Amino acid sequence: MENDNHKKYWKENIKYLMILLAIWFVVSYCAGILFVDQLNTITMGGFPLGFWFAQQGSIYVFVILIFVYVRLMNKLDKKYGFDQE
Amino acid sequence: MDVQIWTYTLVGLTFAVYIGIAIWSRAGSTKEFYVAGGGVSPLANGLATAADWMSAASFISMAGIIAFAGYDGAVYLMGWTGGYVLLALMLAPYLRKFGKFTVPDFIGDRYYSKTARSVAVFCALLVSFTYVAGQMRGVGIVFSRFLEVDINTGVIIGMIIVLFYAVLGGMKGITYTQVAQYCILIFAFMVPAIFISIQMTGNPIPQLGFGDTVADGSNVYLLDKLNGLSEELGFSSYTGGSKSTLDVFAITMALMVGTAGLPHVIVRFFTVKKVKDARRSAGFALLFIAILYTAAPAVAVFAKTNLIESVQNKQYSTVPQWFKNWEDTELLGWVDKNNDGKIQYSPGHAVVGNKNKPVFEKRERGAFGQRIITNVNTANSNELFVDRDIMVLANPEIAGLPNWVIALVAAGGLAAALSTAAGLLLVISSSVSHDLIKKMIKPDISEKGELVAARISAIAAVCVAGYFGINPPGFVAAVVALAFGLAAASFFPAIVLGIFYKRMNKEGAIAGMVVGISCMLLYMIKYKLGWFDDTLPPSSEWWFGISPEGFGTVAMIINFTVSLVVNKFTAPPPAEVQEIVENIRIPSGAGEAIDH
Repeated sequence: MENDNHKKYWKENIKYLMILLAIWFVVSYCAGILFVDQLNTITMGGFPLGFWFAQQGSIYVFVILIFVYVRLMNKLDKKYGFDQE
Repeated sequence: MDVQIWTYTLVGLTFAVYIGIAIWSRAGSTKEFYVAGGGVSPLANGLATAADWMSAASFISMAGIIAFAGYDGAVYLMGWTGGYVLLALMLAPYLRKFGKFTVPDFIGDRYYSKTARSVAVFCALLVSFTYVAGQMRGVGIVFSRFLEVDINTGVIIGMIIVLFYAVLGGMKGITYTQVAQYCILIFAFMVPAIFISIQMTGNPIPQLGFGDTVADGSNVYLLDKLNGLSEELGFSSYTGGSKSTLDVFAITMALMVGTAGLPHVIVRFFTVKKVKDARRSAGFALLFIAILYTAAPAVAVFAKTNLIESVQNKQYSTVPQWFKNWEDTELLGWVDKNNDGKIQYSPGHAVVGNKNKPVFEKRERGAFGQRIITNVNTANSNELFVDRDIMVLANPEIAGLPNWVIALVAAGGLAAALSTAAGLLLVISSSVSHDLIKKMIKPDISEKGELVAARISAIAAVCVAGYFGINPPGFVAAVVALAFGLAAASFFPAIVLGIFYKRMNKEGAIAGMVVGISCMLLYMIKYKLGWFDDTLPPSSEWWFGISPEGFGTVAMIINFTVSLVVNKFTAPPPAEVQEIVENIRIPSGAGEAIDH
């Protein structure tokens, strides 16, 4: 029973991890590096978009990703009763 | 008050604060010495991690590197921040739950092997020593530029300060001084950045300012203007970039993964109370780091535009005073190749010899009052030498800011260098006293004895670091950037597999670490240091066109592959180790870092 609980918790954790890391990859490696030239044809204010992702946007998204992860995991801990000391 | 007095006052004040904190937070036990007692709040740990992370290179050199690299500078911006996502999601919470003192502790226990532990100790020492020598040098350089003392005297003053709070306070002293150091360095970086942003674009937020229009009423975007100026002078477009996509990809990946595998960053997450706190403090750490890392590319654009506009095709006699001041510090130099009395800036090095840095005549001045450079000129038309560090160091003067701001930059640079040096020294001393002495050589050592050993190894580490700071071996500068590749090639795969793959055994992990770090070292020695050949092999010989800086990514993939293949053909780990893995995956019951 307890083992089952652990397994489910771990599975959900891995699911969150995959989703968040996919976003991490898209904003930095896709938007900032692989497709930077295509995105640079679009401008946002004075920024070519690909350049903005590479030097600004990806960093903002990284910060947001970690705080989203913190929230998701706190909820998950509570759901499975792993939030007590 | 003049700059000199301001600098002495501010640097003196900040040093007094560090020493005060050291005395207040003396470490009384090994637990306090290694992990600050394990009760640091997530916010304080975030601040301390940010200061630990941002070195003299981040503070002084990064904006300048970006200013000259343009888009390509993004490898550092993304590489040195994106690693925190990996750290927060894949390493920090689990290592905190594991609850020991050092990274080799985890490797040694998870892979139930003294060999694994020794390999980890070797990697930790290699990574940390390559990194710390550069920091001590940085302390010396800041001293010599702002306080007009000799570089070596500067290194020694820095050593004494670090010695004081690292030896006395251990991790506890280091943590709380790092909190203070973060506040000083971020204030020192942002004040000039904000002022310059207002001057150039009217926008007080530098992160937005560099995408804004120029403040002269012309309605031209600053980046378009800089692209135009760069192309006019024959450089590639600033927002375009010139490295190959594959190399940019590899370098970014190596820096990210290396960041997540650096022992001095990882140990910071052992200092908080709960698993939950480890996650949160990774978030805070990246938030505080991001403030500087998003402002740096803005500073780069402001400074580069300013530089080109102030000097290009200008009579030497009419250039602003800051140009002459920095010529005196030998960070700027001008050779009048066509004898027209005007400064012409274009791609390529201005002079040859002395690694393309100018050698200045001490007393005599040239026809226009400029410093005379004695090197041989290159054949191109570029007449200007600019040291990239100037982009941050000269910023307050270029913007005409008051003297106290200039002094603040000095205090900020010192805070950045000292905080990183202290964090690294702690890793070195705990690797020696805890992993080598306590866990391998003399397991029956008493708590008191271990604390004494920790302090002695901290003193020894400071002395070695200081020695390298005073007599930098030629390869230090080249190797610091590669510390990331080494960390990526060794620790990251072993730790991640140790957490996410229960069947991972010691044979696989050891083989992976040894092969990974060896590949990285060999590639580095061949293509960065050139020790295997008479001359450094050209970049056309790089494997797949990947630079030594980016090779960490390849070495990491090799490590993963070797680990998994060897693991496949060897016995699974014992049941109690598999239980450890089960246990670290569950956040509850973390307790405090266990002394064992």
